[in-house]
Amino acid sequence: MQKIIVCLKRVVDYNVRIRVKPDGSGVVTEGLKMSINPFDEIALEEALRLREKGQAQEVVAVSIGPEDVQQQLRTALAMGADRAILVQTSAELEPLAAARILHKIVLSEQPGLVLLGKQAIDDDCNQTGQMLAALWDRPQATFASKLELKGTVATVTREVDAGLEVIEVDLPAVVTSDLRLNEPRYVKLPEIMKAKKKTIDVVAIDSLGVDAAPVLRVTRYDTPPVRSKGGMVKTVDELVTALRDRGLLA
Amino acid sequence: MSRILIIGEHDGRQLNQSTARCVACAAAINSASIEIVVLGASSNDVASAAAALAGVTGVLTVRTAAGSPALAAVLAPQIAALAAGYDYVLAPSTTFGKDLLPRVAALLGVPQLSDVMSVLGPRTFQRPIYAGNALVTIEVPDGTKVVATVRGASFKPVGTGPVAPIRAVEVSASLPTHTRFVELRSGKADRPDLQTARLVVSGGRGVGSAENFALLYKFAEQIGAAVGASRAAVDAGFVPNDMQVGQTGKIIAPELYMAFGISGAIQHLTGIKDAGTIVAVNKDGEAPIFEIADIGLVGDLFEIIPEIEKRLR
Ligand SMILES: Cc1cc2nc3c(=O)[nH]c(=O)nc-3n(C[C@H](O)[C@H](O)[C@H](O)COP(=O)(O)OP(=O)(O)OC[C@H]3O[C@@H](n4cnc5c(N)ncnc54)[C@H](O)[C@@H]3O)c2cc1C
Ligand SMILES: Cc1cc2nc3c(=O)[nH]c(=O)nc-3n(C[C@H](O)[C@H](O)[C@H](O)COP(=O)(O)OP(=O)(O)OC[C@H]3O[C@@H](n4cnc5c(N)ncnc54)[C@H](O)[C@@H]3O)c2cc1C
Repeated sequence: MQKIIVCLKRVVDYNVRIRVKPDGSGVVTEGLKMSINPFDEIALEEALRLREKGQAQEVVAVSIGPEDVQQQLRTALAMGADRAILVQTSAELEPLAAARILHKIVLSEQPGLVLLGKQAIDDDCNQTGQMLAALWDRPQATFASKLELKGTVATVTREVDAGLEVIEVDLPAVVTSDLRLNEPRYVKLPEIMKAKKKTIDVVAIDSLGVDAAPVLRVTRYDTPPVRSKGGMVKTVDELVTALRDRGLLA
Repeated sequence: MSRILIIGEHDGRQLNQSTARCVACAAAINSASIEIVVLGASSNDVASAAAALAGVTGVLTVRTAAGSPALAAVLAPQIAALAAGYDYVLAPSTTFGKDLLPRVAALLGVPQLSDVMSVLGPRTFQRPIYAGNALVTIEVPDGTKVVATVRGASFKPVGTGPVAPIRAVEVSASLPTHTRFVELRSGKADRPDLQTARLVVSGGRGVGSAENFALLYKFAEQIGAAVGASRAAVDAGFVPNDMQVGQTGKIIAPELYMAFGISGAIQHLTGIKDAGTIVAVNKDGEAPIFEIADIGLVGDLFEIIPEIEKRLR
């Protein structure tokens, strides 16, 4: 196929523990380490491997977000994406809005495959890929842990509650990555230098003519109730007694 | 008064318990009716089980091509067509519901709420973000259909009640052929189901190998528990993926969760926050799992598990 599009979201790094603002107006994200959503890195790695196997010619990384997202797109280019598109906006988007924007990009780029992460680790919505597939009226294969292309068909192994489900989809299609699809490569310094010469096309969100206004109203943020730290026991006897006292073991 | 439609989850023969949890969520919304739609079940038992759930006012059955399993691309247009008469469309936040419902929402042109954990008002809901490290309250404006997945661990399944009427409906929607089911490989053994079990025994990287997991299986069998695992244990190939507990695995709420050789990364803890009692056994006294464990024991799991077994015999 000619082209694969990979959608990348900039998120607070998974190692950072976030805090809710004391007034409940949001989550403190200022000054925190930001990264490519881990699932999206996996999606990108898969696209790069397909290109390296000769199954695709070009990998285009797309992100929607503020100007700062250029950093993560540079990382994607250093990993090996051929070029990048940034749909610039400082607005907060609901997944449906993100999907509508990505749909516009997909219509103009005409990829054979669109790869996304199964979920962004900040909002944990797990929606965007499915919504994009619906708008595009194309197949979706979510939670992918294995992807094989043959001609115009992709065979995808999906991680579902009951085990591993295998489905076949006609291309073009939308595939969302699960953690075990692959292990992303590390970026080497020379690649970072090379990536500086690659292009990032910046598209103003308004130029797309998409209804991206949020519909839902977020009224407040709360810190979840913490589980209070329990006690330590010293012996197996104490453990078994404690569990029996709670009526959990006979 | 508003009407609620719940998408029943099943494997063709049996209704999944996640559906009864959705009904509990629906019951917290002040609605005139709660209906369950069962699509493509090969057995009538599915619809009968749905009709028997307390609070359910009706069950719709939709026949789909014989034996066709639950493919989102095929189900979504049918549900979108059915949704016209409802104010709420709910599905469980299982891999089935997560795959399907966003596709339905996009076809309807409305946003979707993921993982509703509490109902604060008929149009106001709370859901977790950042792996459960923050909770957000969201209001769906009047006139917008509420399309939401329900976080099972937050709702107790409803019991049975008066049997609701079941009726077969025809849906006119053009169904795609671009997505085809090939097979389901199930790692399921003869153990209680992880998502519904009262007791869960779980192992992490500390268990060390697939062979060593036999120790956990044996112990689980003794006490009648399901077996779970951390991502590290799944990645290392000790156990199949359907045993993973956590942010990207299963979110569970057993009465007892016993973690052996699991360090307690936030992504893992997300999956067990609603457990009644958490027991941690880890040889590292500094392991973060002890921060949230109700009962902690520092030690080697290979010595401790056989000792517990002996005490319980
Ligand atoms: C109720 C609500 C509250 C919100 N609150 C906030 C908030 O407090 N702060 C905030 O910053 N945002 C907020 N948003 C917007 C949100 O951050 C996301 O941009 C949007 O909701 C996508 O959700 P997700 O990232 O969880 O998507 P998912 O559906 O989980 O993402 C799946 C995949 O879609 C792709 N994708 C998603 N977003 C983008 C993107 N922007 N660019 C490229 N690819 C993408 C990625 O491949 C990702 O792995 C909120 C949204 C909602 C609905
Ligand atoms: C985006 C993302 C999503 C993720 N989702 C999940 C998820 O859904 N679920 C999940 O579990 N993880 C998830 N993770 C991974 C998570 O961050 C941790 O890496 C993982 O949970 C670690 O597994 P573990 O505790 O088994 O391994 P480790 O952290 O390696 O801990 C092993 C523990 O075993 C103890 N131990 C070793 N030998 C013994 C012994 N003989 N007796 C007793 N104790 C012993 C050690 O002291 C140690 O504490 C995710 C990560 C990312 C980035």
